[in-house]
Amino acid sequence: MPIIEIVFYLFSLVLIASALCVVTVGNAVHAVLFLVLAFFSAACLWMLLHAEFLAIVLVLVYVGAVMVLFLFVVMMLDVNVSPGSEGFTRYLPAGVLVALAMAIQLFLVIWTRGMEAVPMPEAPDKDYSNTRELGKLLYTDYLYAFEIAAVLLLVAIIAAIALTHRRRPDAKHQDPGRQVKVRREDRVRLVKMKSEGEGG
Amino acid sequence: MNIETVILLIPLLPLIGCLIAGLFRHRVGRAGAHWVTIGAVAGSFLLSAYVAWEVFFNGLPVLDYSVYTWAVADGIRFEIGFLIDSLTALMMVVVTFVSLMVHVYTIGYMAEDDSYQRFFAYLNLFTFAMLMLVMANNFLQLFFGWEAVGLVSYLLIGFWFRKDSATKANLKAFLVNRIGDFGFLLGIAAVLMYFGSLHYAEVFGQVGEVEGTTIAIFGATEWSLMTFICICLFIGAMGKSAQVPLHVWLPDSMEGPTPISALIHAATMVTAGIFMVARLSPIFESSEVALSFILVIGAVTALFMGLVGIVQHDIKRVVAYSTLSQLGYMTVALGASAYAAAIFHLMTHAFFKALLFLAAGSVIIALHHKQDMREMGGLSKYLPITAATAWIGSLALIGFPFFSGFYSKDLIIEAVKLADRPGVAFATFAVYAGVVVTALYSFRMLYLAFHGPTRMDEETRSIAHESPLVVTVPLILLAIPSVLIGYFTVEPLLFGGALSDAITVRAANDVVLALADKFDGPFAFALHGFVTPVFWLAMLGVAIATYVYLLNPSLAERIRARAMPLWTVLDRKYWFDELYQKVLTGAGLKVADGLSRGGDRTVIDGWLVNGSARLVGRMSGALRQLQSGFLYHYAFVMVVALVALVASFVLLK
Amino acid sequence: MLTLAHFLTLGAVLFAISVAGIFINRKNVLILLMCIELMLLAVNINFVAFSRFLDVMDGQVFVFFILTVAAAEAAIGLAILIVLFRNRRSINVEDIADLKG
Repeated sequence: MPIIEIVFYLFSLVLIASALCVVTVGNAVHAVLFLVLAFFSAACLWMLLHAEFLAIVLVLVYVGAVMVLFLFVVMMLDVNVSPGSEGFTRYLPAGVLVALAMAIQLFLVIWTRGMEAVPMPEAPDKDYSNTRELGKLLYTDYLYAFEIAAVLLLVAIIAAIALTHRRRPDAKHQDPGRQVKVRREDRVRLVKMKSEGEGG
Repeated sequence: MNIETVILLIPLLPLIGCLIAGLFRHRVGRAGAHWVTIGAVAGSFLLSAYVAWEVFFNGLPVLDYSVYTWAVADGIRFEIGFLIDSLTALMMVVVTFVSLMVHVYTIGYMAEDDSYQRFFAYLNLFTFAMLMLVMANNFLQLFFGWEAVGLVSYLLIGFWFRKDSATKANLKAFLVNRIGDFGFLLGIAAVLMYFGSLHYAEVFGQVGEVEGTTIAIFGATEWSLMTFICICLFIGAMGKSAQVPLHVWLPDSMEGPTPISALIHAATMVTAGIFMVARLSPIFESSEVALSFILVIGAVTALFMGLVGIVQHDIKRVVAYSTLSQLGYMTVALGASAYAAAIFHLMTHAFFKALLFLAAGSVIIALHHKQDMREMGGLSKYLPITAATAWIGSLALIGFPFFSGFYSKDLIIEAVKLADRPGVAFATFAVYAGVVVTALYSFRMLYLAFHGPTRMDEETRSIAHESPLVVTVPLILLAIPSVLIGYFTVEPLLFGGALSDAITVRAANDVVLALADKFDGPFAFALHGFVTPVFWLAMLGVAIATYVYLLNPSLAERIRARAMPLWTVLDRKYWFDELYQKVLTGAGLKVADGLSRGGDRTVIDGWLVNGSARLVGRMSGALRQLQSGFLYHYAFVMVVALVALVASFVLLK
Repeated sequence: MLTLAHFLTLGAVLFAISVAGIFINRKNVLILLMCIELMLLAVNINFVAFSRFLDVMDGQVFVFFILTVAAAEAAIGLAILIVLFRNRRSINVEDIADLKG
């Protein structure tokens, strides 16, 4: 068996096992960690498919940012969920049934339409750069979509801040507008008085 | 300005005045409202007078043209158009003149009323509607004017709508008129069906061809078509002109303000029925049976409604019953084919009856809205001008020689005598007896109100005073034609053929032509009047009234006590109201109550409205069980649907 | 010999697992969010596989955009979760049923 298939099956197994763990473990922190493992395995599989840029992005963005965000929220929220919660077994049959039905359907589609006959293409040239090819596409054909994606991220940032930001009534803050608007009369009061030294 | 513009302006001016006074009443204010509306009517009157001058003296040919085509359906044109001939010109002048007088008078009469502008707007609207009615050249516009005057009459009878009796009276007037209008509408429908046109001239032209037609209405009995049409149309006239048995609304309409009683319920609107029959004389001439019917109805109204007037205490109601009686006279004239005489009496009556009503109104103002004659007496000292004009009006009403009423009423009586058709004998008796009755109630009213010992209380006596100029000037202006108009117009109108372009009389029926032989000038006719039985019958009525109500007042009470059953019959007005209330209204109310309970509340409210709401509520109640609110339920539905979709995709492809 | 079907099967299995996860999980909204991330990953695997096997670069561009949207979605989803927790002191799926009819 060539090395490439060994690698595929290995990471596939890890991916499926960690996905199963994500949906079954009760502890949210563990779930997040298993999800990280799943993403990591997927990134390795993408490497196998010569999608190096996306694999790195998956690790950097997902594992490095999104999953950290998940972990952060899990710890911040302080939810104590007992492992093996009740209802798990009660709903397991229904969930498994639906999942099985869906999986079988998908297998039917995949294995009866000639997809098993599509072989892996030859490996690309040595000087082939996945990143350059993707960049070319992104900055030419998909330029507008790319810009919109950037705007979308900005909106997401603002929305996340707006949703979670809490104004504290006792917080001290400066109002630059009022500071600029201030006039002399507001600050200085001229008082007429007799000089004390008069006559002395 | 060409003549067609003038004619168009005549009805439009009051309409514009009405819109200004009615819609911008706060903007124009009280003075603005009466200046605008009086200006509109005055303009309308001057233009009418100009048109009448052109028609009667400068030989303006008959104008018959349409202004606007409203719709064309199946070859039948629905148009607004004007027919200007002598009859129209005469009616236009009468309507606008009386309307103008009433407008001026209203300034004084309604001075203290809050809804001053509304009243003037209605008055102008009425003038517009009445002008549209008389100027129509087709049945559709005639019907429009007919209904529009009815509407304004309804609005004005209920003008003081916070008064319970006023709202009841206007409802009654509206409903009774509906009955008449139903007949009228049937008549117009029959005309449209058999003549295929609504245009007067086209219909009149076909009368000869259609005359012999018979139709089966119920079962197999064949009716003459013309008789059917004429009686249907005349039922409309019975409603509008308050002929027995559809007269019951007119006395009650006195709940409206007095200027309205003068304008609408005496001078103009109630004569619309008379006008209509005269206008449609070519049709009516073709049915002897219908004319007999008209003759008898008119005779009954003329005599029996006058009798009721003798026992009334309310000064306005006396004049109202007098109006009924005089409308009966006009109807009798129509029935005798003396259309010109009917129109002539319509004109003279418009002046002196408006005068009498306005005089009664002047009394009512002076006594601060007291109308009961038992609390009057001796008013001539306080109200000299009103008393004098009331005398003039009454003398005209009883037909004293040289007064306008003399010419018109005497000619009607003579015409009836000459007529030859079933019912003439009764009609002749009725019009003669009516003369006595007319004199009796007229002078009873004069004596009770203006002469004899005063029966006012101290407070009323202290406030009684002559009315302001805006009231007395119209009285005087109306008194002048009440005296003179008959003398000057009797010859041209009746015997000079001034109305011959508008009125068609078959030679065999032409009683007016037969009268012309006897007529030798208005002066000689009036002198001759002093020796006719009509004059002495009137004097008999005057004598009875003088003796009973002026010289020996206690006699009246004794006569009443002696003739109690007769008095009761008259006081209850022959129980017409009770009959309608019990039989017609009672049954109608029962049906309406059943429909309201069964149809409205059970079927419509219970099943349709609330039922459908309940059904939706129940279905929603079932459907809301699906909405558990749990995320995984929604997700489950989505995924199952997805599975189904993919399944169909897999299996079908 | 690896074929396209192998990778697609992997994606299908991953997708089915995450669907099951949505049903099984009744306690924690956070896990639901993670399941959604897993679903997106399954879809992404398919995209990348197609891109490689059919030699069309556009599939990877799609993955790129999906990653972007998923990141935004995760950020906003977590923000909503925090607000929810702040208001109700709970992120239990069973407790959130305000839309119940």
